[in-house]
Amino acid sequence: MTGLLDTLLAGLALGAVYALVALGFVIIFKASHVMNFAHGSMLLLGGYLTAVLHEHLGFAAALAVGVLATAALAGAVDRVLLQRLPQDPKAAHVATIVTIGIDILLVTDLARRIGGDLLSLGDPWGDKVRTLGPVTVPDSRLAAVAVSALVIGAVFALFRYSRWGLSLRCAAEDTEAAALQGVRLGRTRMLAWCLAGALAALAAVFLAAFPATGLERTTGQIALKAFPAAILGGLASPVGALAGSLVIGLTEAFVITYQSDLHVLGDGLSDVAPYVVMILVLLVRPNGLFGAKGAVRV
Amino acid sequence: MPRASDEASTLRVENLDVTYGRAVSALRSVSLDVPPGSVVTLLGANGAGKTTLLRAVSGTLRLHRGAVTAGGIRYGDTALDGQDPVAAVRAGVVQVPEGRRVFAGLTVDENLRSGGLGLGRRTPERIKEGRDRVFALFPRLAERTKQQAGLLSGGEQQMLAMGRALMAAPRLLLLDEPSLGLAPQMVERIADVIREINAQGTSVLLVEQNAGMALALADHAHVLEVGEVRLSGPAGELARTDAVRRLYLGETSETGGTGETGETGETGETGETRGTRGTGAAAPAGTERGVA
Repeated sequence: MTGLLDTLLAGLALGAVYALVALGFVIIFKASHVMNFAHGSMLLLGGYLTAVLHEHLGFAAALAVGVLATAALAGAVDRVLLQRLPQDPKAAHVATIVTIGIDILLVTDLARRIGGDLLSLGDPWGDKVRTLGPVTVPDSRLAAVAVSALVIGAVFALFRYSRWGLSLRCAAEDTEAAALQGVRLGRTRMLAWCLAGALAALAAVFLAAFPATGLERTTGQIALKAFPAAILGGLASPVGALAGSLVIGLTEAFVITYQSDLHVLGDGLSDVAPYVVMILVLLVRPNGLFGAKGAVRV
Repeated sequence: MPRASDEASTLRVENLDVTYGRAVSALRSVSLDVPPGSVVTLLGANGAGKTTLLRAVSGTLRLHRGAVTAGGIRYGDTALDGQDPVAAVRAGVVQVPEGRRVFAGLTVDENLRSGGLGLGRRTPERIKEGRDRVFALFPRLAERTKQQAGLLSGGEQQMLAMGRALMAAPRLLLLDEPSLGLAPQMVERIADVIREINAQGTSVLLVEQNAGMALALADHAHVLEVGEVRLSGPAGELARTDAVRRLYLGETSETGGTGETGETGETGETGETRGTRGTGAAAPAGTERGVA
């Protein structure tokens, strides 16, 4: 019983962190039709900056710099590079491939700097745990859930109530009609990239925190599990990204806990489980959990 | 005729040339004025360049790889040619696109909020003012604020598209085929609303294939053919000329036949004709160009 609760909490925390990554991925896709394959390396950049700066600035300020710098980089990549490409939605593949190039550049440089080290981000939770009734939970996991919930709530409120959110949703539905209302397409899109970059940098903190041992050069790859989360959620649906992330997080946590019982399937099952789940969901719902287009009368 | 004091809110298109993809000439030396408080209509067959002219004014040519290659567009003191759409909205010139183009997944209320996004931050009072005006013109929208726009009927979507544009409090409204694909009663409703909007002080540039409706509404009319203004004059006079009667009001022996244009098919409400069946088919074959 305790095992089950522990696993549920672990899955929830994992899902909450994936949600930060997947939500950014979905926001970028919605705003620009681009799949940002540099998302993992942007996450790594945010984490790296926080890691190298926290001793001088303290954790909070270092994190702020990491988040802002990553947001600025993501926004610049879009504005300076991707927005110059032909803006035909059919040509979005080109931009997607460009992000692969950016990913390789970023990862190569960061891997060179990080080397084989495990960097501490200096987060305030350390390896503290607390006992809640029958279960023992690391503080870092509680923080992950709480911070993600707050931040994601704020992002959804932005979507729904802010002028930027409305602009983004209009532009995603019909670029020309949005332009006719005076929506500044380039700026709306760039801000979407900035927000996604900021979310990724924040996620890095929790991916490096206890029970993980710190930030390493492969931390960005862990974030790749947010991709199936976004896809099984429906790719253009923020709510779907959230649901997909929880599904992936819980799946992973359960597979880790019960790995020994599933030994016939081999070791390392938790690494492939997210993709298996993605494929199974897409077989049943080809548009993803929340990807079904609303009925449209013409 | 515009008086000198009206100059500040006159749309003036002068000797405009528009080219798509650097090769396809869509408009050649087109000139027209929309004086304040007036309704001006632009008639012509498919591909004559009507929508192109509106795109040039609203700044959306670039989205279609088009560009103004000569001439100019001014609204009052503001040069609009080569500007982005925000400039037009800020100058008070707002376009309602052909085929409604409401944001289908957003609610009616959100669609209205999207109108005038280019004006920057507005006070809640001003937004409410705009909404009240829209609901007074289209009471049906007031009952459906929480509904998804994509689930509205064609006529309601046209109302919403016009209401959305009015939220920006335009001084000049550009309407692209508002009657397209609507039932005859709905066309009547829309015509009444255009009259009402105009009576409230907004000038209107109306692009239509439904020449009967357009000429009845307009003070002044221009006929575009293959990218050039072929006829201009007071709407009443134009309605009596032989060429217009034959080509655009369908008053010939040729009725029915291949009267459906490609556009009606897209709207999904075929069968509801616009009272001027034959418009498309009766147009000279030479006007059929790849340019919308």
